[in-house]
Amino acid sequence: MVALGGGLGALARYGLAQLLPTTPGHFPLATFLINVTGCFLIGVLMVAVTEAWTAHRLVRPFLGVGILGGYTTFSTYVVEIHGLLRPGTVGLAFGYLAGTLVAALVAVVAGMALARRAFVRPERTVES
Amino acid sequence: MTVLLVFVGAVVGAPLRYLTDRFVQAHHHGGFPWGTFTVNLVGSLVLGSLAGAGSTLPGTVSILVGTGFCGALTTYSTFGYETVRLLERRAYGLAVANVVLSVAAGVGAAALGYAVVGSLV
Repeated sequence: MVALGGGLGALARYGLAQLLPTTPGHFPLATFLINVTGCFLIGVLMVAVTEAWTAHRLVRPFLGVGILGGYTTFSTYVVEIHGLLRPGTVGLAFGYLAGTLVAALVAVVAGMALARRAFVRPERTVES
Repeated sequence: MTVLLVFVGAVVGAPLRYLTDRFVQAHHHGGFPWGTFTVNLVGSLVLGSLAGAGSTLPGTVSILVGTGFCGALTTYSTFGYETVRLLERRAYGLAVANVVLSVAAGVGAAALGYAVVGSLV
């Protein structure tokens, strides 16, 4: 399940990278979008399978470890940062580094918050 | 053909990430996500090495090993999720350490692979 999901996730990543090719020396938009959307989706998924539902035992390996793990990439992210560490694009390298980090962490939090709101029954607060 | 190479590389990379994570986490207790750190470090070293080989490398190898295998071996979603979980548990030091170490070691590994392989070809 992990292998199949990983293969499918990687194909989605490859497809998006083909649609939005990155020019050397420019912001790697495809990888940025892939990693941020993947982080949003894992936030949704993890709340759904750990807090909201008792999911089938293969859901998390297939969707989380497989598809989202195969879709997002850390290696391309750091190699792109390394590629931008050249005179003239050092600022862009650090902007891409920090921009992805912040957007990805915010995306996880947003995904989790949205999923909690949508799926998890809120605890009743006692009103006086 | 290219699509098949991406798929085949990822079919190997993703389970290897899963098995490495389970193996590493079984041997390390404490809150730091060493499993994800390890796969991201190794994948960054390999992809940096491929980049160092540049155009001497056949395109098929770079698609199979780079896009397929390294892309699926490494993960940003689990890295992001584990960092947010550390923040939720108020393990702020571990969360910051995870981000700083993962990015610094990842870029360092990519640079090392790039420089070493680049000097050989």
